[in-house]
Amino acid sequence: MRANKHSYILMAPYMLLFAVFTVLPVLVSVVLSFTYFNMLEFPKFIGWQNYTRLFLEDDVFLIALKNTLLFAVITGPISYIACFVFAWIINELSPKLRAVMTLVFYAPSISGNVYFIWLMIFSGDRYGIMNGLLLKFGFILEPILWLKTEGYIMPIIILVQLWLSLGTGFLTFIAGLQTVDGTLYEAGAVDGIKNRWQELWYITLPSMRPQLMFGAVIQITTAFAVADVSIALAGFPSVNYAAETIVTHLIDFGTTRFEMGYASAIATVLFFIMVGTNLVVQKLLRKVGE
Amino acid sequence: MPKKRVNRSAWGTFSLFALLTVFGAFMILPLVYAINNAFKPLDEIFIFPPTLFVRHPTMNNFVDLFNLLGNSWVPFSRYIFNTVFITGAGIIGHVLLASAAAYPLAKHHFPGKKALFSIVVLSLMFTPAVTAMPNYMIMSWLGLIDTYWAVIIPAFAYSLGLYLMKQFMEQIPDVLLEAAKIDGASEYRIFWSIVMPNVKPAWLTLIILLFQILWGSDGNGFIYSEQLKSLHFAAGQVVAGGIARSGPAAAVALILMSVPITLFVFSQSRIIETMATSGMKD
Repeated sequence: MRANKHSYILMAPYMLLFAVFTVLPVLVSVVLSFTYFNMLEFPKFIGWQNYTRLFLEDDVFLIALKNTLLFAVITGPISYIACFVFAWIINELSPKLRAVMTLVFYAPSISGNVYFIWLMIFSGDRYGIMNGLLLKFGFILEPILWLKTEGYIMPIIILVQLWLSLGTGFLTFIAGLQTVDGTLYEAGAVDGIKNRWQELWYITLPSMRPQLMFGAVIQITTAFAVADVSIALAGFPSVNYAAETIVTHLIDFGTTRFEMGYASAIATVLFFIMVGTNLVVQKLLRKVGE
Repeated sequence: MPKKRVNRSAWGTFSLFALLTVFGAFMILPLVYAINNAFKPLDEIFIFPPTLFVRHPTMNNFVDLFNLLGNSWVPFSRYIFNTVFITGAGIIGHVLLASAAAYPLAKHHFPGKKALFSIVVLSLMFTPAVTAMPNYMIMSWLGLIDTYWAVIIPAFAYSLGLYLMKQFMEQIPDVLLEAAKIDGASEYRIFWSIVMPNVKPAWLTLIILLFQILWGSDGNGFIYSEQLKSLHFAAGQVVAGGIARSGPAAAVALILMSVPITLFVFSQSRIIETMATSGMKD
Protein backbone atom coordinates (compact mmCIF):
# COMPACT_ATOMS: atom_id res chain seq x y z
CA MET A 1 0.00 0.00 0.00
CA ARG A 2 2.76 2.44 0.95
CA ALA A 3 4.82 1.68 -2.15
CA ASN A 4 1.85 2.52 -4.33
CA LYS A 5 0.74 5.54 -2.35
CA HIS A 6 1.26 7.94 -5.23
CA SER A 7 -0.74 5.82 -7.65
CA TYR A 8 -3.72 5.84 -5.33
CA ILE A 9 -3.43 9.54 -4.59
CA LEU A 10 -3.38 10.40 -8.30
CA MET A 11 -6.44 8.26 -8.94
CA ALA A 12 -8.35 9.28 -5.83
CA PRO A 13 -10.24 12.36 -7.09
CA TYR A 14 -11.45 10.67 -10.27
CA MET A 15 -12.27 7.35 -8.64
CA LEU A 16 -14.11 9.06 -5.80
CA LEU A 17 -16.36 10.98 -8.17
CA PHE A 18 -16.70 7.95 -10.42
CA ALA A 19 -17.82 5.89 -7.44
CA VAL A 20 -20.30 8.53 -6.24
CA PHE A 21 -21.85 9.39 -9.60
CA THR A 22 -21.61 6.12 -11.53
CA VAL A 23 -21.02 3.06 -9.37
CA LEU A 24 -23.16 4.09 -6.41
CA PRO A 25 -26.21 5.02 -8.54
CA VAL A 26 -26.12 1.63 -10.25
CA LEU A 27 -25.96 -0.16 -6.90
CA VAL A 28 -28.69 2.03 -5.41
CA SER A 29 -30.83 1.39 -8.47
CA VAL A 30 -30.50 -2.38 -8.15
CA VAL A 31 -31.34 -2.27 -4.44
CA LEU A 32 -34.33 0.05 -4.97
CA SER A 33 -35.72 -2.23 -7.66
CA PHE A 34 -36.74 -4.61 -4.87
CA THR A 35 -38.66 -1.95 -2.97
CA TYR A 36 -41.71 0.22 -3.13
CA PHE A 37 -40.41 3.79 -2.98
CA ASN A 38 -42.28 7.03 -3.67
CA MET A 39 -39.59 9.53 -2.63
CA LEU A 40 -41.62 10.54 0.46
CA GLU A 41 -41.74 7.46 2.65
CA PHE A 42 -38.83 5.18 3.43
CA PRO A 43 -38.43 2.43 0.80
CA LYS A 44 -40.36 -0.75 1.65
CA PHE A 45 -38.93 -4.13 0.66
CA ILE A 46 -41.29 -6.02 -1.65
CA GLY A 47 -39.05 -8.69 -3.20
CA TRP A 48 -39.54 -9.52 -6.87
CA GLN A 49 -42.92 -7.80 -7.07
CA ASN A 50 -41.72 -4.94 -9.30
CA TYR A 51 -40.30 -7.44 -11.76
CA THR A 52 -43.38 -9.65 -11.89
CA ARG A 53 -45.54 -6.56 -12.37
CA LEU A 54 -43.24 -5.38 -15.14
CA PHE A 55 -43.44 -8.54 -17.19
CA LEU A 56 -46.90 -9.82 -16.32
CA GLU A 57 -49.14 -6.81 -15.73
CA ASP A 58 -47.65 -3.85 -17.53
CA ASP A 59 -48.88 -3.89 -21.13
CA VAL A 60 -47.18 -0.61 -21.96
CA PHE A 61 -43.83 -2.03 -20.83
CA LEU A 62 -44.28 -4.87 -23.29
CA ILE A 63 -44.85 -2.31 -26.06
CA ALA A 64 -41.76 -0.45 -24.86
CA LEU A 65 -39.73 -3.65 -24.79
CA LYS A 66 -40.90 -4.59 -28.28
CA ASN A 67 -40.11 -1.10 -29.64
CA THR A 68 -36.70 -1.01 -27.99
CA LEU A 69 -35.72 -4.42 -29.32
CA LEU A 70 -36.96 -3.40 -32.77
CA PHE A 71 -34.84 -0.22 -32.57
CA ALA A 72 -31.82 -2.12 -31.37
CA VAL A 73 -32.13 -4.90 -33.95
CA ILE A 74 -32.51 -2.42 -36.81
CA THR A 75 -30.44 0.62 -35.83
CA GLY A 76 -27.72 -1.26 -33.91
CA PRO A 77 -26.35 -3.45 -36.71
CA ILE A 78 -27.16 -0.99 -39.53
CA SER A 79 -25.43 1.93 -37.86
CA TYR A 80 -22.49 -0.23 -36.80
CA ILE A 81 -22.02 -1.57 -40.32
CA ALA A 82 -22.64 1.89 -41.81
CA CYS A 83 -19.99 3.38 -39.52
CA PHE A 84 -17.54 0.83 -40.78
CA VAL A 85 -18.48 0.80 -44.47
CA PHE A 86 -18.41 4.56 -44.83
CA ALA A 87 -15.18 4.87 -42.86
CA TRP A 88 -13.73 2.19 -45.12
CA ILE A 89 -14.76 3.88 -48.38
CA ILE A 90 -13.72 7.32 -47.13
CA ASN A 91 -10.32 5.95 -46.19
CA GLU A 92 -9.49 5.37 -49.86
CA LEU A 93 -10.16 8.97 -50.84
CA SER A 94 -7.54 11.67 -51.20
CA PRO A 95 -6.80 13.52 -47.92
CA LYS A 96 -8.79 16.63 -48.85
CA LEU A 97 -11.87 14.75 -49.99
CA ARG A 98 -11.51 12.48 -46.97
CA ALA A 99 -11.69 15.45 -44.62
CA VAL A 100 -14.82 16.75 -46.36
CA MET A 101 -16.60 13.39 -46.37
CA THR A 102 -15.69 12.74 -42.73
CA LEU A 103 -17.36 16.01 -41.86
CA VAL A 104 -20.43 15.20 -43.98
CA PHE A 105 -21.01 11.91 -42.16
CA TYR A 106 -19.96 13.09 -38.73
CA ALA A 107 -21.74 16.46 -38.73
CA PRO A 108 -25.25 15.26 -37.80
CA SER A 109 -24.04 13.58 -34.63
CA ILE A 110 -21.93 16.51 -33.44
CA SER A 111 -24.35 19.28 -34.21
CA GLY A 112 -25.65 19.29 -30.66
CA ASN A 113 -29.00 17.49 -30.78
CA VAL A 114 -30.45 19.48 -33.65
CA TYR A 115 -32.71 16.61 -34.57
CA PHE A 116 -35.60 19.00 -34.27
CA ILE A 117 -34.76 19.82 -37.89
CA TRP A 118 -36.69 16.65 -38.62
CA LEU A 119 -39.75 18.16 -36.97
CA MET A 120 -39.76 20.71 -39.75
CA ILE A 121 -39.25 18.05 -42.40
CA PHE A 122 -42.02 15.80 -41.10
CA SER A 123 -44.28 18.61 -40.04
CA GLY A 124 -47.94 17.60 -40.40
CA ASP A 125 -49.02 20.54 -42.57
CA ARG A 126 -48.31 21.26 -46.21
CA TYR A 127 -45.27 23.41 -45.33
CA GLY A 128 -43.38 20.41 -44.03
CA ILE A 129 -40.84 19.48 -46.67
CA MET A 130 -41.96 15.85 -46.89
CA ASN A 131 -45.64 16.68 -47.28
CA GLY A 132 -44.72 19.49 -49.67
CA LEU A 133 -42.79 17.19 -51.96
CA LEU A 134 -45.38 14.44 -51.95
CA LEU A 135 -48.18 16.91 -52.61
CA LYS A 136 -46.29 18.63 -55.38
CA PHE A 137 -45.63 15.42 -57.24
CA GLY A 138 -49.16 14.24 -56.64
CA PHE A 139 -48.44 11.18 -54.50
CA ILE A 140 -50.85 12.37 -51.86
CA LEU A 141 -53.78 14.75 -51.93
CA GLU A 142 -53.78 15.84 -48.31
CA PRO A 143 -50.89 16.41 -45.91
CA ILE A 144 -50.09 13.44 -43.67
CA LEU A 145 -49.80 13.84 -39.90
CA TRP A 146 -46.51 11.95 -39.89
CA LEU A 147 -45.78 12.08 -36.20
CA LYS A 148 -49.33 11.57 -35.03
CA THR A 149 -50.06 8.48 -37.12
CA GLU A 150 -49.12 5.25 -35.35
CA GLY A 151 -47.81 3.46 -38.41
CA TYR A 152 -45.34 6.18 -39.42
CA ILE A 153 -43.88 7.05 -36.02
CA MET A 154 -41.47 4.15 -35.56
CA PRO A 155 -40.02 4.21 -39.10
CA ILE A 156 -39.41 7.97 -38.83
CA ILE A 157 -37.68 7.67 -35.46
CA ILE A 158 -35.55 4.82 -36.76
CA LEU A 159 -34.59 6.97 -39.75
CA VAL A 160 -33.61 9.92 -37.56
CA GLN A 161 -31.75 7.65 -35.15
CA LEU A 162 -29.74 6.24 -38.05
CA TRP A 163 -29.02 9.75 -39.29
CA LEU A 164 -27.60 10.59 -35.87
CA SER A 165 -25.69 7.41 -35.30
CA LEU A 166 -22.41 7.93 -37.14
CA GLY A 167 -20.69 9.38 -34.11
CA THR A 168 -17.83 8.30 -31.88
CA GLY A 169 -17.74 4.81 -33.42
CA PHE A 170 -17.38 6.25 -36.90
CA LEU A 171 -14.49 8.48 -35.86
CA THR A 172 -12.78 5.56 -34.16
CA PHE A 173 -13.05 3.42 -37.29
CA ILE A 174 -11.60 6.17 -39.49
CA ALA A 175 -8.66 6.43 -37.13
CA GLY A 176 -8.33 2.66 -36.90
CA LEU A 177 -8.21 2.19 -40.66
CA GLN A 178 -5.25 4.52 -40.84
CA THR A 179 -3.27 2.43 -38.40
CA VAL A 180 -3.55 -0.81 -40.38
CA ASP A 181 -0.03 -1.75 -41.44
CA GLY A 182 0.35 -1.17 -45.20
CA THR A 183 2.82 -4.01 -45.64
CA LEU A 184 0.10 -6.46 -44.64
CA TYR A 185 -1.74 -5.66 -47.86
CA GLU A 186 1.35 -6.20 -49.97
CA ALA A 187 1.98 -9.51 -48.24
CA GLY A 188 -1.68 -10.41 -48.76
CA ALA A 189 -1.44 -9.70 -52.48
CA VAL A 190 1.53 -12.05 -52.74
CA ASP A 191 -0.36 -14.69 -50.79
CA GLY A 192 -3.18 -14.65 -53.34
CA ILE A 193 -5.81 -12.28 -52.06
CA LYS A 194 -7.97 -11.69 -55.10
CA ASN A 195 -10.21 -8.73 -54.45
CA ARG A 196 -11.05 -5.98 -52.00
CA TRP A 197 -13.60 -8.12 -50.20
CA GLN A 198 -11.07 -10.78 -49.30
CA GLU A 199 -8.64 -8.07 -48.32
CA LEU A 200 -11.30 -6.61 -46.06
CA TRP A 201 -12.14 -9.90 -44.37
CA TYR A 202 -8.65 -11.38 -43.99
CA ILE A 203 -6.56 -8.27 -43.35
CA THR A 204 -8.43 -5.05 -42.57
CA LEU A 205 -11.05 -6.35 -40.15
CA PRO A 206 -8.75 -8.51 -38.00
CA SER A 207 -6.27 -5.62 -37.72
CA MET A 208 -9.00 -3.41 -36.36
CA ARG A 209 -10.40 -5.70 -33.70
CA PRO A 210 -9.83 -3.29 -30.76
CA GLN A 211 -11.65 -0.48 -32.55
CA LEU A 212 -14.43 -2.85 -33.62
CA MET A 213 -14.97 -3.86 -29.98
CA PHE A 214 -15.00 -0.27 -28.77
CA GLY A 215 -17.38 0.77 -31.56
CA ALA A 216 -19.71 -2.09 -30.71
CA VAL A 217 -19.99 -1.04 -27.07
CA ILE A 218 -20.84 2.52 -28.10
CA GLN A 219 -23.35 1.49 -30.81
CA ILE A 220 -25.14 -1.05 -28.61
CA THR A 221 -25.53 1.37 -25.75
CA THR A 222 -26.92 4.02 -28.09
CA ALA A 223 -29.27 1.61 -29.83
CA PHE A 224 -30.88 0.48 -26.56
CA ALA A 225 -31.10 3.93 -25.02
CA VAL A 226 -33.34 5.62 -27.59
CA ALA A 227 -35.45 8.23 -25.82
CA ASP A 228 -34.53 11.81 -26.67
CA VAL A 229 -35.37 11.47 -30.34
CA SER A 230 -38.61 9.67 -29.52
CA ILE A 231 -39.67 12.39 -27.08
CA ALA A 232 -38.61 15.26 -29.34
CA LEU A 233 -40.38 13.93 -32.42
CA ALA A 234 -43.34 11.89 -31.27
CA GLY A 235 -44.09 13.67 -28.02
CA PHE A 236 -44.35 12.17 -24.54
CA PRO A 237 -46.35 10.06 -24.28
CA SER A 238 -46.57 9.35 -27.98
CA VAL A 239 -49.81 8.53 -29.78
CA ASN A 240 -51.06 5.26 -28.31
CA TYR A 241 -47.51 4.63 -26.98
CA ALA A 242 -46.33 3.97 -30.54
CA ALA A 243 -42.90 5.42 -29.76
CA GLU A 244 -42.58 4.22 -26.15
CA THR A 245 -39.17 2.74 -25.39
CA ILE A 246 -37.73 1.24 -22.22
CA VAL A 247 -36.06 4.56 -21.43
CA THR A 248 -39.18 6.69 -22.01
CA HIS A 249 -41.10 4.21 -19.85
CA LEU A 250 -38.44 4.63 -17.19
CA ILE A 251 -38.71 8.42 -17.42
CA ASP A 252 -42.49 8.14 -17.15
CA PHE A 253 -42.39 6.19 -13.87
CA GLY A 254 -39.34 7.95 -12.47
CA THR A 255 -40.14 11.59 -13.09
CA THR A 256 -43.88 11.72 -13.66
CA ARG A 257 -45.32 9.11 -11.32
CA PHE A 258 -42.49 9.00 -8.76
CA GLU A 259 -42.61 5.22 -8.49
CA MET A 260 -38.89 4.96 -7.91
CA GLY A 261 -38.78 1.26 -7.05
CA TYR A 262 -40.58 0.38 -10.23
CA ALA A 263 -38.47 2.76 -12.32
CA SER A 264 -35.34 1.17 -10.84
CA ALA A 265 -36.56 -2.27 -11.86
CA ILE A 266 -36.95 -0.97 -15.43
CA ALA A 267 -33.42 0.50 -15.30
CA THR A 268 -32.00 -2.76 -13.98
CA VAL A 269 -33.65 -4.80 -16.72
CA LEU A 270 -32.26 -2.39 -19.34
CA PHE A 271 -28.81 -2.60 -17.82
CA PHE A 272 -28.72 -6.39 -17.98
CA ILE A 273 -30.03 -6.39 -21.55
CA MET A 274 -27.19 -4.04 -22.54
CA VAL A 275 -24.43 -5.95 -20.80
CA GLY A 276 -25.77 -9.27 -22.10
CA THR A 277 -25.88 -8.03 -25.69
CA ASN A 278 -22.38 -6.62 -25.34
CA LEU A 279 -21.02 -9.98 -24.21
CA VAL A 280 -22.66 -11.83 -27.10
CA VAL A 281 -21.49 -9.29 -29.68
CA GLN A 282 -17.93 -9.30 -28.36
CA LYS A 283 -17.87 -13.07 -28.64
CA LEU A 284 -19.05 -12.79 -32.28
CA LEU A 285 -16.46 -10.12 -33.06
CA ARG A 286 -13.65 -12.40 -31.94
CA LYS A 287 -14.55 -14.66 -34.88
CA VAL A 288 -13.98 -11.91 -37.47
CA GLY A 289 -11.45 -12.88 -40.12
CA GLU A 290 -11.30 -16.56 -39.16
CA MET B 1 -2.84 7.30 -47.48
CA PRO B 2 -3.03 3.66 -48.53
CA LYS B 3 -1.09 2.76 -51.64
CA LYS B 4 -2.83 1.77 -54.84
CA ARG B 5 -3.84 -1.77 -54.16
CA VAL B 6 -4.33 -4.87 -56.21
CA ASN B 7 -7.42 -6.20 -57.86
CA ARG B 8 -9.83 -3.31 -57.76
CA SER B 9 -12.75 -3.91 -60.09
CA ALA B 10 -14.09 -0.75 -61.71
CA TRP B 11 -17.65 -1.85 -61.08
CA GLY B 12 -16.96 -2.28 -57.37
CA THR B 13 -15.40 1.17 -57.15
CA PHE B 14 -18.30 2.73 -58.97
CA SER B 15 -20.97 1.15 -56.77
CA LEU B 16 -19.13 2.05 -53.57
CA PHE B 17 -18.90 5.68 -54.62
CA ALA B 18 -22.54 5.73 -55.65
CA LEU B 19 -23.36 4.44 -52.16
CA LEU B 20 -21.21 7.13 -50.58
CA THR B 21 -22.90 9.88 -52.59
CA VAL B 22 -26.46 8.75 -51.88
CA PHE B 23 -25.93 8.39 -48.15
CA GLY B 24 -23.78 11.49 -47.97
CA ALA B 25 -26.73 13.41 -49.39
CA PHE B 26 -29.03 11.84 -46.80
CA MET B 27 -26.70 12.95 -44.00
CA ILE B 28 -26.08 16.48 -45.17
CA LEU B 29 -29.36 17.61 -46.77
CA PRO B 30 -31.26 18.10 -43.49
CA LEU B 31 -28.39 20.25 -42.26
CA VAL B 32 -28.31 22.22 -45.53
CA TYR B 33 -32.04 22.70 -45.20
CA ALA B 34 -31.63 23.92 -41.62
CA ILE B 35 -28.88 26.34 -42.56
CA ASN B 36 -30.91 27.77 -45.44
CA ASN B 37 -34.04 28.05 -43.32
CA ALA B 38 -32.22 30.28 -40.88
CA PHE B 39 -31.75 32.89 -43.62
CA LYS B 40 -35.21 32.63 -45.18
CA PRO B 41 -37.66 35.50 -44.84
CA LEU B 42 -40.97 34.45 -43.31
CA ASP B 43 -42.83 34.29 -46.62
CA GLU B 44 -40.23 31.91 -47.98
CA ILE B 45 -40.49 29.57 -44.99
CA PHE B 46 -44.19 29.28 -45.71
CA ILE B 47 -43.91 28.98 -49.44
CA PHE B 48 -45.58 26.06 -51.16
CA PRO B 49 -44.01 23.84 -52.31
CA PRO B 50 -41.19 24.16 -49.74
CA THR B 51 -37.74 24.94 -51.14
CA LEU B 52 -34.38 23.67 -49.99
CA PHE B 53 -32.34 26.75 -50.84
CA VAL B 54 -32.96 30.30 -49.77
CA ARG B 55 -33.73 32.81 -52.55
CA HIS B 56 -33.61 36.16 -50.77
CA PRO B 57 -31.39 35.66 -47.74
CA THR B 58 -32.09 37.86 -44.72
CA MET B 59 -30.79 38.21 -41.18
CA ASN B 60 -34.29 38.93 -39.85
CA ASN B 61 -34.63 35.60 -38.10
CA PHE B 62 -31.59 36.31 -35.98
CA VAL B 63 -32.88 39.77 -35.16
CA ASP B 64 -36.27 38.28 -34.24
CA LEU B 65 -34.61 35.64 -32.14
CA PHE B 66 -32.67 38.15 -30.10
CA ASN B 67 -35.75 40.35 -29.69
CA LEU B 68 -37.83 37.36 -28.68
CA LEU B 69 -35.31 36.23 -26.11
CA GLY B 70 -34.55 39.81 -25.13
CA ASN B 71 -38.14 40.18 -23.98
CA SER B 72 -37.98 37.07 -21.87
CA TRP B 73 -37.31 37.21 -18.17
CA VAL B 74 -33.77 35.92 -18.48
CA PRO B 75 -31.50 37.68 -20.98
CA PHE B 76 -30.21 35.58 -23.85
CA SER B 77 -26.61 36.30 -22.93
CA ARG B 78 -27.22 34.54 -19.63
CA TYR B 79 -28.09 31.29 -21.44
CA ILE B 80 -24.93 31.61 -23.49
CA PHE B 81 -22.86 32.24 -20.39
CA ASN B 82 -24.40 29.21 -18.65
CA THR B 83 -23.63 26.87 -21.51
CA VAL B 84 -20.11 28.18 -21.97
CA PHE B 85 -19.42 27.97 -18.24
CA ILE B 86 -20.79 24.43 -17.86
CA THR B 87 -18.93 23.26 -20.95
CA GLY B 88 -15.65 24.95 -20.00
CA ALA B 89 -15.58 23.90 -16.36
CA GLY B 90 -16.66 20.36 -17.19
CA ILE B 91 -13.95 19.95 -19.81
CA ILE B 92 -11.12 21.36 -17.69
CA GLY B 93 -12.02 19.24 -14.67
CA HIS B 94 -12.45 16.11 -16.75
CA VAL B 95 -9.16 16.45 -18.61
CA LEU B 96 -7.26 17.00 -15.36
CA LEU B 97 -8.89 14.31 -13.24
CA ALA B 98 -9.14 11.68 -15.97
CA SER B 99 -5.49 12.21 -16.92
CA ALA B 100 -4.34 12.00 -13.30
CA ALA B 101 -6.23 8.73 -12.90
CA ALA B 102 -5.13 7.37 -16.26
CA TYR B 103 -1.42 7.80 -15.55
CA PRO B 104 -1.15 5.19 -12.78
CA LEU B 105 -3.50 2.87 -14.65
CA ALA B 106 -1.26 3.06 -17.70
CA LYS B 107 2.19 3.09 -16.12
CA HIS B 108 2.14 1.77 -12.56
CA HIS B 109 1.62 -1.68 -11.16
CA PHE B 110 -0.49 -1.95 -8.08
CA PRO B 111 -3.13 -4.22 -6.62
CA GLY B 112 -6.66 -3.61 -7.87
CA LYS B 113 -5.55 -2.00 -11.12
CA LYS B 114 -7.20 -4.53 -13.39
CA ALA B 115 -10.46 -4.52 -11.45
CA LEU B 116 -10.69 -0.73 -11.44
CA PHE B 117 -10.14 -0.52 -15.17
CA SER B 118 -12.71 -3.26 -15.91
CA ILE B 119 -15.32 -1.36 -13.93
CA VAL B 120 -14.62 1.76 -15.96
CA VAL B 121 -14.91 -0.20 -19.21
CA LEU B 122 -18.14 -1.82 -18.02
CA SER B 123 -19.54 1.61 -17.21
CA LEU B 124 -19.12 2.62 -20.86
CA MET B 125 -22.20 0.46 -21.31
CA PHE B 126 -24.42 2.48 -19.00
CA THR B 127 -26.79 4.93 -20.44
CA PRO B 128 -27.40 7.98 -18.24
CA ALA B 129 -31.07 7.02 -17.98
CA VAL B 130 -30.20 3.90 -16.02
CA THR B 131 -28.73 5.96 -13.23
CA ALA B 132 -30.79 9.13 -13.55
CA MET B 133 -33.07 8.46 -10.57
CA PRO B 134 -30.46 7.47 -7.97
CA ASN B 135 -28.28 10.26 -9.30
CA TYR B 136 -31.03 12.70 -8.47
CA MET B 137 -31.17 11.40 -4.90
CA ILE B 138 -27.41 11.55 -4.52
CA MET B 139 -27.38 15.08 -5.91
CA SER B 140 -30.02 16.15 -3.47
CA TRP B 141 -28.17 14.59 -0.51
CA LEU B 142 -25.11 16.51 -1.59
CA GLY B 143 -27.14 19.69 -1.99
CA LEU B 144 -26.23 20.03 -5.65
CA ILE B 145 -29.75 20.24 -7.04
CA ASP B 146 -30.40 23.48 -8.87
CA THR B 147 -26.75 24.38 -9.26
CA TYR B 148 -24.41 24.18 -12.23
CA TRP B 149 -22.37 21.61 -10.37
CA ALA B 150 -25.02 18.92 -10.81
CA VAL B 151 -24.02 18.85 -14.47
CA ILE B 152 -20.35 19.76 -14.12
CA ILE B 153 -19.10 17.44 -11.37
CA PRO B 154 -20.39 14.15 -12.84
CA ALA B 155 -18.73 15.20 -16.12
CA PHE B 156 -15.39 15.12 -14.31
CA ALA B 157 -15.73 11.37 -13.95
CA TYR B 158 -17.10 10.23 -17.33
CA SER B 159 -15.57 6.91 -18.30
CA LEU B 160 -14.80 7.64 -21.95
CA GLY B 161 -12.00 10.09 -21.14
CA LEU B 162 -10.20 7.83 -18.70
CA TYR B 163 -10.38 5.01 -21.24
CA LEU B 164 -8.88 7.08 -24.08
CA MET B 165 -6.25 8.70 -21.88
CA LYS B 166 -5.05 5.39 -20.50
CA GLN B 167 -4.65 3.89 -23.96
CA PHE B 168 -2.74 6.94 -25.07
CA MET B 169 -0.43 7.12 -22.07
CA GLU B 170 0.55 3.49 -22.52
CA GLN B 171 2.38 4.57 -25.67
CA ILE B 172 4.75 6.88 -23.80
CA PRO B 173 8.10 5.06 -23.60
CA ASP B 174 8.97 3.80 -20.11
CA VAL B 175 12.59 4.92 -20.46
CA LEU B 176 11.44 8.53 -20.53
CA LEU B 177 9.73 8.13 -17.16
CA GLU B 178 12.61 6.16 -15.66
CA ALA B 179 15.11 8.82 -16.71
CA ALA B 180 13.04 11.43 -14.89
CA LYS B 181 12.85 9.20 -11.83
CA ILE B 182 16.62 8.82 -11.72
CA ASP B 183 16.93 12.59 -11.92
CA GLY B 184 14.89 12.71 -8.73
CA ALA B 185 11.50 13.84 -10.03
CA SER B 186 8.49 12.92 -7.91
CA GLU B 187 5.53 11.03 -9.38
CA TYR B 188 3.51 14.24 -9.47
CA ARG B 189 6.33 16.09 -11.19
CA ILE B 190 6.60 13.29 -13.77
CA PHE B 191 2.88 13.35 -14.37
CA TRP B 192 2.70 17.11 -14.75
CA SER B 193 5.94 17.89 -16.60
CA ILE B 194 6.47 14.79 -18.69
CA VAL B 195 3.29 12.78 -19.14
CA MET B 196 0.84 15.65 -19.62
CA PRO B 197 2.82 17.54 -22.30
CA ASN B 198 3.26 14.25 -24.12
CA VAL B 199 -0.46 13.58 -24.35
CA LYS B 200 -1.44 17.04 -25.53
CA PRO B 201 -3.05 15.72 -28.74
CA ALA B 202 -5.18 13.39 -26.61
CA TRP B 203 -6.50 16.35 -24.66
CA LEU B 204 -7.87 17.67 -27.92
CA THR B 205 -9.79 14.47 -28.58
CA LEU B 206 -11.21 14.50 -25.07
CA ILE B 207 -12.11 18.16 -25.38
CA ILE B 208 -14.04 17.53 -28.60
CA LEU B 209 -15.93 14.50 -27.29
CA LEU B 210 -16.78 16.19 -24.01
CA PHE B 211 -17.65 19.44 -25.71
CA GLN B 212 -20.31 17.61 -27.72
CA ILE B 213 -21.81 16.05 -24.62
CA LEU B 214 -21.82 19.19 -22.48
CA TRP B 215 -22.77 21.62 -25.23
CA GLY B 216 -25.90 19.56 -25.87
CA SER B 217 -26.81 19.04 -22.21
CA ASP B 218 -29.70 20.96 -20.74
CA GLY B 219 -29.39 20.01 -17.09
CA ASN B 220 -32.84 18.50 -17.36
CA GLY B 221 -33.96 17.20 -13.98
CA PHE B 222 -31.20 18.85 -11.98
CA ILE B 223 -31.50 22.54 -12.78
CA TYR B 224 -34.78 24.37 -12.19
CA SER B 225 -33.89 28.05 -11.93
CA GLU B 226 -34.50 29.75 -15.23
CA GLN B 227 -31.37 31.87 -14.92
CA LEU B 228 -29.18 28.76 -14.61
CA LYS B 229 -30.54 26.98 -17.66
CA SER B 230 -28.56 26.28 -20.79
CA LEU B 231 -28.71 27.61 -24.31
CA HIS B 232 -29.97 24.24 -25.42
CA PHE B 233 -32.92 24.51 -23.06
CA ALA B 234 -33.73 28.02 -24.26
CA ALA B 235 -33.51 26.78 -27.82
CA GLY B 236 -35.94 23.99 -27.03
CA GLN B 237 -38.44 26.56 -25.81
CA VAL B 238 -38.18 28.62 -28.97
CA VAL B 239 -38.75 25.48 -31.02
CA ALA B 240 -41.68 24.46 -28.84
CA GLY B 241 -43.18 27.88 -29.55
CA GLY B 242 -44.57 26.41 -32.75
CA ILE B 243 -45.23 27.67 -36.19
CA ALA B 244 -45.25 31.41 -35.57
CA ARG B 245 -41.64 31.12 -34.52
CA SER B 246 -40.37 28.94 -37.34
CA GLY B 247 -37.88 31.60 -38.39
CA PRO B 248 -36.23 32.14 -34.99
CA ALA B 249 -36.29 28.36 -34.41
CA ALA B 250 -34.25 27.86 -37.56
CA ALA B 251 -31.86 30.57 -36.39
CA VAL B 252 -31.45 28.80 -33.04
CA ALA B 253 -30.73 25.50 -34.79
CA LEU B 254 -28.01 27.15 -36.83
CA ILE B 255 -26.39 28.78 -33.80
CA LEU B 256 -26.46 25.53 -31.84
CA MET B 257 -24.90 23.42 -34.53
CA SER B 258 -22.39 25.88 -35.92
CA VAL B 259 -20.21 25.93 -32.81
CA PRO B 260 -19.39 22.21 -32.50
CA ILE B 261 -19.06 21.84 -36.27
CA THR B 262 -16.62 24.75 -36.50
CA LEU B 263 -14.61 23.34 -33.64
CA PHE B 264 -14.44 19.97 -35.35
CA VAL B 265 -13.39 21.41 -38.70
CA PHE B 266 -10.45 23.18 -37.11
CA SER B 267 -9.26 20.25 -35.06
CA GLN B 268 -10.22 17.37 -37.36
CA SER B 269 -6.79 16.35 -38.61
CA ARG B 270 -5.29 16.33 -35.13
CA ILE B 271 -8.18 14.42 -33.60
CA ILE B 272 -7.99 11.63 -36.11
CA GLU B 273 -4.25 11.47 -35.68
CA THR B 274 -4.74 11.12 -31.93
CA MET B 275 -7.34 8.43 -32.19
CA ALA B 276 -5.11 6.60 -34.65
CA THR B 277 -2.06 6.64 -32.41
CA SER B 278 -3.95 6.06 -29.18
CA GLY B 279 -5.19 3.08 -31.12
CA MET B 280 -7.78 1.72 -28.66
CA LYS B 281 -5.44 -1.23 -28.28
CA ASP B 282 -6.16 -3.57 -25.43
